[in-house]
Amino acid sequence: MDWTLTPGVTTYAADIDRLYYLILVITGIAFVVVEVALIWFLIQYRGRPGRRAHYTHGSIRAEIVWTSVPAVVVVMIGVLSGGVWNHIRGRDSIPPDALPVAVAAKQFEWNVTYAGVDGQLGSDDDFTLRNELRVPTERPVVVHLTAEDVIHSFFVPDFRVKQDAVPGMNILVWFQVIEPGEYPLACAELCGLGHYRMEARVVALQPDEYDRWVAEQSNQNVASR
Amino acid sequence: MRRVLVPAVFLLFACAGGDQGGGAAESEDAAGGMTSTGPMGQATVSGMVRFDGAAPANPTIDMSEEPTCAEKYEGPPTDPQAVVNNGMLGNVFVYVKSGLPDGASYSPPSTPVVLDQEGCLYHPRVFGVMVGQTVEIRNSDALLHNIKAVPTANRGFNISQPQAGMTTNRTFNTAEIMVPFECNVHGWMRAYTGVTTHPFYATSGEDGAFTIQGLPAGEYVLEAWHELFGTRETTVTVPESGSVSVEFTFSPSAS
Amino acid sequence: MATTAATFDQVSHANVDTRSFLRKYVFSTDHKTIGIQFLILSLFFLAVGGLLAMMMRWQLGFPGQAMPGGGVLPDTMAPGGILLPEFYNALVSMHGTFMVFFAIMPLLVGVFANFLIPLKIGAPDMAFPRLNMASFWIAVPAGLLMMAGFFVEGGAAGAGWTMYVPLSADPEYSGVSAGQTLWCMSIAVLGLSSILGSTNYITTIINLRAPGMGWFRMPLSIWALFITAILTVLAIPILSGAAIMLLFDQTLGTHFFLPAEGGQPLLWQHLFWFFGHPEVYILILPAMGMVSDVIANGSRKPIFGYHSMVFAIMAIGFLGWIVWGHHMFQSGMNPTLGMSFMISTLLIAVPSAIKTFNWLGTMWRGNIRFHVPMLHAIAFVAMFVIGGLSGVFMASTPVDIYIHDTYFIVAHIHYVLFGGSLFAIFAGIVFWYPKMFGRMMSESWGKVHFFLTFVFYNLTFFPMHQLGLGGHMRRIYDPTEYEFLQPLQGMNQFISISAFLLFATQIIFAANFILSWFRGKKVSENPWEDTGLEWTTPSPAPHGNWPTTPTVYQAPYEFSHPQEQTKDFVMQTDKLPTTSPAGGPADR
Repeated sequence: MDWTLTPGVTTYAADIDRLYYLILVITGIAFVVVEVALIWFLIQYRGRPGRRAHYTHGSIRAEIVWTSVPAVVVVMIGVLSGGVWNHIRGRDSIPPDALPVAVAAKQFEWNVTYAGVDGQLGSDDDFTLRNELRVPTERPVVVHLTAEDVIHSFFVPDFRVKQDAVPGMNILVWFQVIEPGEYPLACAELCGLGHYRMEARVVALQPDEYDRWVAEQSNQNVASR
Repeated sequence: MRRVLVPAVFLLFACAGGDQGGGAAESEDAAGGMTSTGPMGQATVSGMVRFDGAAPANPTIDMSEEPTCAEKYEGPPTDPQAVVNNGMLGNVFVYVKSGLPDGASYSPPSTPVVLDQEGCLYHPRVFGVMVGQTVEIRNSDALLHNIKAVPTANRGFNISQPQAGMTTNRTFNTAEIMVPFECNVHGWMRAYTGVTTHPFYATSGEDGAFTIQGLPAGEYVLEAWHELFGTRETTVTVPESGSVSVEFTFSPSAS
Repeated sequence: MATTAATFDQVSHANVDTRSFLRKYVFSTDHKTIGIQFLILSLFFLAVGGLLAMMMRWQLGFPGQAMPGGGVLPDTMAPGGILLPEFYNALVSMHGTFMVFFAIMPLLVGVFANFLIPLKIGAPDMAFPRLNMASFWIAVPAGLLMMAGFFVEGGAAGAGWTMYVPLSADPEYSGVSAGQTLWCMSIAVLGLSSILGSTNYITTIINLRAPGMGWFRMPLSIWALFITAILTVLAIPILSGAAIMLLFDQTLGTHFFLPAEGGQPLLWQHLFWFFGHPEVYILILPAMGMVSDVIANGSRKPIFGYHSMVFAIMAIGFLGWIVWGHHMFQSGMNPTLGMSFMISTLLIAVPSAIKTFNWLGTMWRGNIRFHVPMLHAIAFVAMFVIGGLSGVFMASTPVDIYIHDTYFIVAHIHYVLFGGSLFAIFAGIVFWYPKMFGRMMSESWGKVHFFLTFVFYNLTFFPMHQLGLGGHMRRIYDPTEYEFLQPLQGMNQFISISAFLLFATQIIFAANFILSWFRGKKVSENPWEDTGLEWTTPSPAPHGNWPTTPTVYQAPYEFSHPQEQTKDFVMQTDKLPTTSPAGGPADR
């Protein structure tokens, strides 16, 4: 059983993974303590003729200890998690210079509209690709996530990004990729019979390569539908 | 799926320009019982569909993320929304809109119409089918296709065929012009079927030609439908026997 | 005890049971019969839910291959035995629906609340016996409605047991129409059954406790069932209302949830989970309560920290209302709410931890008997801990970004619901079987069933944690479509085979259950040497439970009391030299 994660490739992936490993250690210790105690008691206190159980109704002190220790531990986990959550999803979390890209989820495809050379969504040099999301590294990107029909979910495991796409809502999701490469995008919310096959390819390019590609595509103006 | 318990009626032949629909209705007595095929004639209505103006460019399909289909094409595939050759328009569905004798009823043939999915496109794109006649939907691509029919008068369906070789049969119970089909996995895929209560329909070929056989003598209104350019109507007087010509002209304004 | 038996025999001639067959076994108002009726109904649906899971696991383990026996299924579900994606989605959704609503919930509540409450508090029956009968007979058509979904055009509802809108509300998106309508109707009808039952449980516990059965002399199973009934009566109406709103959106053109005309898809989620989270505590609290009874019995010791246990049950019941948003962290809900829900969710781990340590404390310095119910109860503690600890990962909103809607969640659900609730149900069925049927289930076959189930269960569900950490999404018909999931396919196959073996093992339990009914060892009142009131009456318990209302003198778990040296238990109806008069405070 492998509890390690393949490292993520965005700036906040390491923060998420650090929290994961912290919780893994804490719950791992709790697991071992409880299960070992359980097995120990079952062996040590198995019924034998002539023995009698120890008659007690409990211990207030024990109750206090095993109430307050878990409480302190979980509150600590909460506080640490809160900081990371605020950084990723907080009110002012989206970097102002983030590059916008529109991802429209539908049964069962991802239609990605790029801002084109001018970097503005909704202008004439925009172009749309099917099932292909290209992003630059070293620069924050903000996805404008929409859904045409039912709820889908924008899940890029390597980015540690997941956000439900809800019809009627335009949700902003930001990330900054560190490592160029190709990564899978999967739909993570049951959306119908084609849900299992709603995959797109995410390609992270070095910034100058990305800019070249955008210019090329803008000129070709490839429409997918 | 309703099977009409009447002897089979056959739609047959390929006329010039393709294997689109239309044809003589022969009655075949399958169970030795009564036939209930409606009135037929000897005449042939042959026609042309012209396109007057500059043909719009068909959009290119981005199949780059669907290699199983993309590799079936030489260059980037285009979506054949407007099939225009030398001023002639294909994939126009022509059918008898009115004029058949009162009470005429025609039994659907037992041979199904095959709707194939190949190269992530529907083949045929436009076709006719009779009420109660089986549409046999086939997947010839080794990947998931989803067939969604979105009619207004009939019951729709939304089904899948995840593997090549799968076939599914469906029928329509009510006349409807036209029932669209779409695939949600491949958003560009479109097909259209005209569901009629009679066998007098045809789809124009690449050369714009079509033929409707076996109409009884009389006066009829024919309608021609195209997915982009709308509909056109014309009246035609069909003789007892022999041939009569009909023409439709479409132009590049949106439907 | 001999005195009681003689009295009962003398009186039984006066209280002759004159009910007809129909009144005694079919339309019975006797809480014990109703409990057994629920038992048969729920075990049937447990089997149905399991069968659906087996088909799912076939497809996951061997994607796209024809399923053995699949030829009997129609082409709309599995042409040539190959499951279609839409059928797979229906299987997933119906597995969850049947297991939650028609198996676990009625097994814990319909069976044990009905059977145990009057017996363990000293009442002759429930406060409203006819309402109780109605509660069962309403559940039956609800079950039939749900099953009917598989037989209509478009198939059964396939939007997950959670039925998120718009997929569930618009047949154009799902291909399902009548199936969804049936789901909504079934849930509304079942909701009525639950509400009627719970009203009864609450009223009975408040009003019909025998003299001396003070609140803090009630066994923990009854406390748990009491809190559960309160949760039920408050939460189920929300689900029923939401299901009806969904039904209207789907069939009548309303737009509570459909966004096209201004409806809110997230409203469905809020309503569903506002019900749904208390629901999962409904699914675990009675299990915890029964496990407490069994562990005290098996350890021959009082429950450690009885009062803390009661307050923990109340805390779980209360906190359960303010955590629902943790199902919606990634839903598009305001992220600020993510913070508050995270805190409440983390806090609810605390009362569960308290209970776990108290169970351990009960076993500590006990004199443990490893009878079959005790084995299952021990497994409950061991497995519930895993399920609870995995929940901590999801409670942390940033970690949830990664593991939401993956198999890590599926692992968590099954550790708490199977490793937790179902093992507790096995414990409860075996433990109270003699009181229901007058015979014991086979001890040796019970042990075989326990060990095999425990092994195959862990082999099936533990690897799902790893699938989830690898990014394996939920509700995926064919994982091999994704290159990054292909390395995990071997594990999917392993899980499927373990699941098949797990399912097959349950045949042992079914055979034991059925055969013991006819051939099990007959027993007298108290085969487990337990302290509860139900063990002061014959096995099976007669109509009316006792000839006269018993009087309670003791706390619920007086095992190994120093003043009782001839045996290691003191029943709640026994007097000891230091016992205070009836109605006085519990001896502590």
